[in-house]
Amino acid sequence: MSRRRHSDSDNEGGQAHKRRRTSEPIEIEDRLESLICRVGEKSTSSLESNLEGLAGVLEADLPNYKNKILRILCSVARILPEKLSVYTTLVGLLNARNYNFGGEFVEAMIRQLKETLKNNLYNEAVYLVRFLSDLVNCHVIAAPSMVAMFENFVSVTQEEDVPQVRSDWFVYVVLSCLPWVGKELYEKKDVEMDRLLSQIEGYLKGRAKTHVPMLQVWTAEKPHPQEEYLDCLWAQIQKLKKDRWQERHILRPYIAFDSVLCEALQHNLPPFTPPGHMPDAQYPMPRVIFRMFDYTDAPEGPVMPGSHSVERYVIEENLHCIIHTHWKERKTCAAQLLSYPGKNKIPLNYHIVELAQATEMLYMRLETMNTSCIDRLINWFSHHLSNFQFRWSWDDWSDCLTVDLEKPKPKFVKEVLEKSMRLSYHQRMVDIVPATFAALIPAEPLFKYKYEDESASSLPGYQASIIVGNAIKNRASNEEILTLLKDVPNPNQEDDDDEGESFNPLKIDVFLQTLLHLAAKSFSHSFSALGKFHEILKALTERDEGKLHILKVVYEAWKNHPQMIAVLVDKMIRTQIVDCAAVANWLFSQDMAHEFTRLFVWEILHSTIRKMNKHVQKIQQELEEAKDKLEKQQHKRVTSSDEEGQLEEQIDRLQEKVESAQSEQKNLFLVIFQRFIMLLTEHLVRCETGSVDISTPWYKNCIERLQQVFLMHHVTIQQYMGTLENLLFTAELDHHILAVYQQFCALQL
Amino acid sequence: MLDEHTVANLPRTAICRFFTMSAKLNALVSDSYVDVSQYRDQHFKGNRYDQEKLLKQSHTLYVGNLSFYSTEDQVHDIFSKSGDVKRIVIGLDKVKKTACGFCFVEYYTRTGAENAMRFINGTRLDDRIIRTDWDAGFKEGRQYGRGKSGGQVRDEYRQDYDPARGGYGKLAQQHRPTEANNSF
Repeated sequence: MSRRRHSDSDNEGGQAHKRRRTSEPIEIEDRLESLICRVGEKSTSSLESNLEGLAGVLEADLPNYKNKILRILCSVARILPEKLSVYTTLVGLLNARNYNFGGEFVEAMIRQLKETLKNNLYNEAVYLVRFLSDLVNCHVIAAPSMVAMFENFVSVTQEEDVPQVRSDWFVYVVLSCLPWVGKELYEKKDVEMDRLLSQIEGYLKGRAKTHVPMLQVWTAEKPHPQEEYLDCLWAQIQKLKKDRWQERHILRPYIAFDSVLCEALQHNLPPFTPPGHMPDAQYPMPRVIFRMFDYTDAPEGPVMPGSHSVERYVIEENLHCIIHTHWKERKTCAAQLLSYPGKNKIPLNYHIVELAQATEMLYMRLETMNTSCIDRLINWFSHHLSNFQFRWSWDDWSDCLTVDLEKPKPKFVKEVLEKSMRLSYHQRMVDIVPATFAALIPAEPLFKYKYEDESASSLPGYQASIIVGNAIKNRASNEEILTLLKDVPNPNQEDDDDEGESFNPLKIDVFLQTLLHLAAKSFSHSFSALGKFHEILKALTERDEGKLHILKVVYEAWKNHPQMIAVLVDKMIRTQIVDCAAVANWLFSQDMAHEFTRLFVWEILHSTIRKMNKHVQKIQQELEEAKDKLEKQQHKRVTSSDEEGQLEEQIDRLQEKVESAQSEQKNLFLVIFQRFIMLLTEHLVRCETGSVDISTPWYKNCIERLQQVFLMHHVTIQQYMGTLENLLFTAELDHHILAVYQQFCALQL
Repeated sequence: MLDEHTVANLPRTAICRFFTMSAKLNALVSDSYVDVSQYRDQHFKGNRYDQEKLLKQSHTLYVGNLSFYSTEDQVHDIFSKSGDVKRIVIGLDKVKKTACGFCFVEYYTRTGAENAMRFINGTRLDDRIIRTDWDAGFKEGRQYGRGKSGGQVRDEYRQDYDPARGGYGKLAQQHRPTEANNSF
């Protein structure tokens, strides 16, 4: 014991010293990270004194931790855009104390900017450029070199044969920095800036705006126009220029340090050539600015800035940044949004959203609202209600009872009640709405058994249903049941017509109705039934007609419970009883025409497309992994030619699987678009010959559903543009339908 | 719809491997709603290390404080908002084989489960605040309550009256005179 203690104390000094040395750097690095990330948050001291203090600490740590500090600062520039000017001020203070560090930081930022552009991270690149521009205000970067960078960006508009979205982005970046640095740049280089702005103006005048109708929430311009995002920003910058670049909203901590900062030496940005256009580049898609409140909606308190004031832009950017950073932490996000600096100067609630008022306004404008937006409103509103005991002033909306049920307002209420019922139960819906709303209440979600009782005894399948039902209850084997089903008469076949096995819809009808009836108790019961009798179901749906018919039977049995239909269809696709194309064909079939505008139909369609997409992705990933594995083994050269051969075989098989899956995926989209074209053309022709207005509620719904397919699956669809253009979206198509295709193309051109 | 597809398309902070010149900021990657809680299933077969590993990779959530009357349909609807649901197992009273106020929700992807933890945990179903927690994975037998009377342990000892969870706690029920005893 004592010996150990003795040796301990002998080495104690040395070991403890060693321990301290190895753990300290990590602790210090964490501490630095924490200090830098937290500056600007609520504190007992002022922001200025915190920045001053932090600058001192970092300056002292520069000799040992320079690279770490550089990396942390580069990260916060990219990831914490809402604290932009806090960090630019910090960098300004550091540059004033250590000129070399300032230079190294600028170089690191330029390297980072190049990386983000190379990796298609355009949103983050905007933050980085904005950061650099604010560094001009902090005397870190010389104004003329910033102007030179902007000139290089704007010169992209002179490039030929590049997508419009590419030059759009470079113009956007320059304009989006001007609220921060416009004043300073104009003071130093007004001639060059004027030239820059006039170049931008020329470019904007010549831009194609084909994409705009597809992106607007409302088809009407009143009361709030939905401007194309670049047009809106240009108007805001023009107004800012007219106001002589006086911008009062942005937090500018560097002003307090002006005396220190103006003593600092500035750096020149190295000449920056925008990377050339690459075919696989994914520029951000254009946007339409969504606004629903203006100053008349917030009559009390601070005045809401107009839609062309630059404040509006800055505030919206900051709010976006907050959500972007904190979306995973809902409490923090909410707190950050509500404690937005400068909130006393603006009606913040209206910038974020005033819920009841917003709901009311959106309801009032349903008639011209895009169908996909109505979908989202339905889902949001029903979910919201379920968290607030379904309390709502339904009587305020009794105007929806006076119009045709297919019109947007009653349709919206109907769908909301249907969704709300899913989160509660039927009787609750009856209880929460006034009696006048009875027509809008959904049906009770009960199974409709065709062969329920004696009254069905005249139906051709009645006897068979009893036999099959008993067989299932008595746990007959699949073979036995298949044999029993052979005896089911075929309504499609003549008695003496002995062509062999022709498709017998009654078999499917009898079996599935009976099975689903026995399993109707819950989702789990039904899934269990589908699993247990998978063999039979596969046999019955071998052919396409079988697949189509099984979907029809499921619908007929569960038509009052669309949620059940959706989960059963999902299961049947996953267990390969039906394929995705069959589901698409079924949804577009004549039998489903009367349900065509109901939300559940589109939920099933999009869910089907997503499953198809995920399936393709999964196999592609398996292929990539196998290829990687082969490459690794080839590098190591440790495998036998046998193993390599096996891997190569596997890769070939997977390659085939990928191609077959992609072919199925392409076919699915072809089916869907083809059916859309047929339905729309039929409608348009009918209206034309009857000299009737084409704009019925059905037509608006259908054409917007077509747009929705393009927008929701644009990444996948872009792979098949060639085929779509050659086979379907040709010049012979009615221009109403072709316009949708052209709008879609415009999003990436 | 706040499904995983929508959420996946939200702009992500790309704290990613490409960036050697910037740091992964531990101070900023807070995702507290997704963190593993203190609870550990005492019946878990295996050591703590294995259990924690499974929890961190799990696609399955335990859901508690359900009403006895909440149905699989309702659970499916609300939890589908964060991702595609693979399976739901409703928790049952071991004796009565009726729903006893909890369930398991299994997603096809980890992301679906994570988003449920971020956005559905702590919100209402059937007007009750429900609570979700990571589960190491459903195994046959785990669908039963572990309380002495057959339901969940929490319903054995609680003193309050909860009409959606069988009224008074089981122990409290034993001490109360029942209707049958009072009528003659």
